[in-house]
Amino acid sequence: MEKTYTVSVFTENSIGMMNRVTIIFTRRHLNIDSITASESEVKGVFRYTIVLRTTRDQVDKVVKQLEKVIDVLKAFVHEESEIVHQEIAMYKMRTESLTNGDVEKVIRKHHARILTVDPTFMVIEKTGHVEETQLLLENLQPYGVLEFVRSGRVAITKPMKELRSYLEEL
Amino acid sequence: MNSTKTTGAEAVMKSLVAEGVDTIFGYPGGAIMPIYDALYDYVSTVNHVLVRHEQGAIHAAQGYARTSKKTGVVFATSGPGATNLITGLADALIDSTPLVCITGQVASHLLGTDAFQETDVVGISMPITKWNCQVTKAEDIPAAIAKAFYIAQSGRPGPVLIDITKDAQFEEMDFQYEKCTHIRSYRGRPRINKAHLEEAASLINNAQKPFLLIGQGIMLSNAEKELVEFVEKSGIPVASTLLGLGAFPNEHPQYVGFLGMHGDYAPNIKTNECDVLIAIGMRFDDRVTGDVSRYATQAKVVHIDIDAAELNKIIPADVGVHADAKEALTLLLDLVQEKQHTAWLQEFKDAKIVEEETLAENAKELHSDELKMDEVIKMLSEVTNGEAVVVTDVGQHQMMTARYYQYNKTKSNVTSGGLGTMGFALPAAIGAKIGVPDKPVVAIIGDGGFQMTLQELGTILQSDVDLKIIILNNRFLGMVRQWQQMFFEKRYSFTNMVSPDFVALAKSYSIEATKVEARADLKESLLEMLNHKGAYLLEVMVAKEENVFPMIPTGASVSEVRLN
Ligand SMILES: Cc1ncc(C[n+]2csc(CCOP(=O)(O)OP(=O)(O)O)c2C)c(N)n1
Ligand SMILES: [Mg+2]
Repeated sequence: MEKTYTVSVFTENSIGMMNRVTIIFTRRHLNIDSITASESEVKGVFRYTIVLRTTRDQVDKVVKQLEKVIDVLKAFVHEESEIVHQEIAMYKMRTESLTNGDVEKVIRKHHARILTVDPTFMVIEKTGHVEETQLLLENLQPYGVLEFVRSGRVAITKPMKELRSYLEEL
Repeated sequence: MNSTKTTGAEAVMKSLVAEGVDTIFGYPGGAIMPIYDALYDYVSTVNHVLVRHEQGAIHAAQGYARTSKKTGVVFATSGPGATNLITGLADALIDSTPLVCITGQVASHLLGTDAFQETDVVGISMPITKWNCQVTKAEDIPAAIAKAFYIAQSGRPGPVLIDITKDAQFEEMDFQYEKCTHIRSYRGRPRINKAHLEEAASLINNAQKPFLLIGQGIMLSNAEKELVEFVEKSGIPVASTLLGLGAFPNEHPQYVGFLGMHGDYAPNIKTNECDVLIAIGMRFDDRVTGDVSRYATQAKVVHIDIDAAELNKIIPADVGVHADAKEALTLLLDLVQEKQHTAWLQEFKDAKIVEEETLAENAKELHSDELKMDEVIKMLSEVTNGEAVVVTDVGQHQMMTARYYQYNKTKSNVTSGGLGTMGFALPAAIGAKIGVPDKPVVAIIGDGGFQMTLQELGTILQSDVDLKIIILNNRFLGMVRQWQQMFFEKRYSFTNMVSPDFVALAKSYSIEATKVEARADLKESLLEMLNHKGAYLLEVMVAKEENVFPMIPTGASVSEVRLN
């Protein structure tokens, strides 16, 4: 059965790491829904968060293949219930759309915030799960959304040894 | 170690020497010229073999590594030189062969500009190397090479590629070399979990019909001796994968044959009759398993492998042991009880008789005056006493050799297994002979595959390689023709092969050659070839439409192996 899985991959900071990680998925014809990367709490160790829909069997095999990549320190797979996750979305709209009082209501209802206001446009921000940022998009669209962007998922895992303890074992 | 000023190119040579390298297979070109210039100072200590095509270099390095237990080293230039390595990298990765390939690259300021002979070889080779990297500074060369050798040789071995920009080759640096012994993100040798081995031993000790499958992992971990001790103590019958041939002496009474699509009848059918299946250093390739959903479902499976990703990849293991084969076998030896499985072993022997009788019937259907591949291989096996290093290409001749050569010595079988690369044998055999100059090396090649890399006859000539070459000429791309006969209503679409005069061709390279057609001349011709001092090519004309049986058709189960 297919489900959404979040894969966390900890790697050394070497050139081409993103490529080394993603080819493991593409070779198996797996489509990545989102991917984010940044330095982790340990200096020099990078953390990739990859979201995809597949079967448990397939994702377990992928994790083993990821760990075979020389510069990968450790990879984990998590089900939705095992993580706390967020995405950030930004929406660009005409400033004049604010003159329609309904836009303000939408922003309030979604607990979104306005990041900047320019004479011609403004940028609204909302963090949350995809469904939440998507709903805001749909609610704003009637008033004209000029641009929309959503980040990949970032996730913190609930049950996990600290990365440092893994690094010490290595 | 004292540091001295050297160029990056000299640092490459010094690093290789520090790793004990005495043989390099390669081909020069613009972007690797500084390294070739540095090599020129080492001609008396390092044997550089100039090939005729970079694919030849990497296959030769593979043959060298597979027979000598050393890491094969390859030099190639940027662009086309580097892309010509691709097939060999893929082949070495899937067949776990340790290689260090060094490619020249355009100067770093030209990277990404579509400069002359610039190719993103690191990008291209990423999925087909165990590790690769690009070096743009001379000072990074020694550490990159040290890391490359460590990665190539440890754990499950594999090919590594280092791409060095031309400016880094020219640049000066302080040379210092330190061997790599640890990479924090990589563990070559797994920590063995003894509890898993105890579980494995208890399954083995309680088994009525245990069956052991071995692969190349036995040889890669030098576990041949431990294997024999384990097998003799436990009384278990042993079968081998294609790459495992030679790891266990074929003449041993507990050896029951070769596994898989064109393997022997007994080990295939018994896979689905055993109660405990023990697999060591093999990876359940689909050519071994046939239909996985009907593979050994009745058996408890113990799988021992150094690559954790192989455990539960294809066949779910009841006990998966992540371990080096030698270490695991050493520990298992103490845990297993002394046993004999005489009746069970007899079942294999009985099945073998069925196979032999049916195959003899099949042979009657072909013109009896024509030589058959299996006769040639059996005769070769007899006259070499199963002690030659045998290198095969890909096709019917490969399967026939695997079936009928009596591999009695370890590291005596070199073939392209996982990738099935036609054109592998001639260059791989050159490397094999250079790797073990004191052993007789015989390449067995089809008329088709020979023509994929025959330019390497030039390497034999120039480097004076004492290699024996047998072309089994059936005037067909035989293996494909067999499938056309069996599954495509004999529609022989582009499988007939017109070939040059191989004997004249060899002679034009000053290689002694003859052609044999008559059965009566076969033994004599083989002996003449083997006794000849220097390279020799023997073209053997064999039946055009012989088929390799047994066969497990694609999608069938091992128990449905066909004898005709
Ligand atoms: C590079 C490459 N191309 C194509 C194939 C597909 N293929 C597998 S066996 C075979 C026929 C080989 O013919 P030959 O070398 O004459 O050997 P034979 O089977 O006749 O013994 C072919 C074309 C391959 N394995 N490798
Ligand atoms: Mg042929």
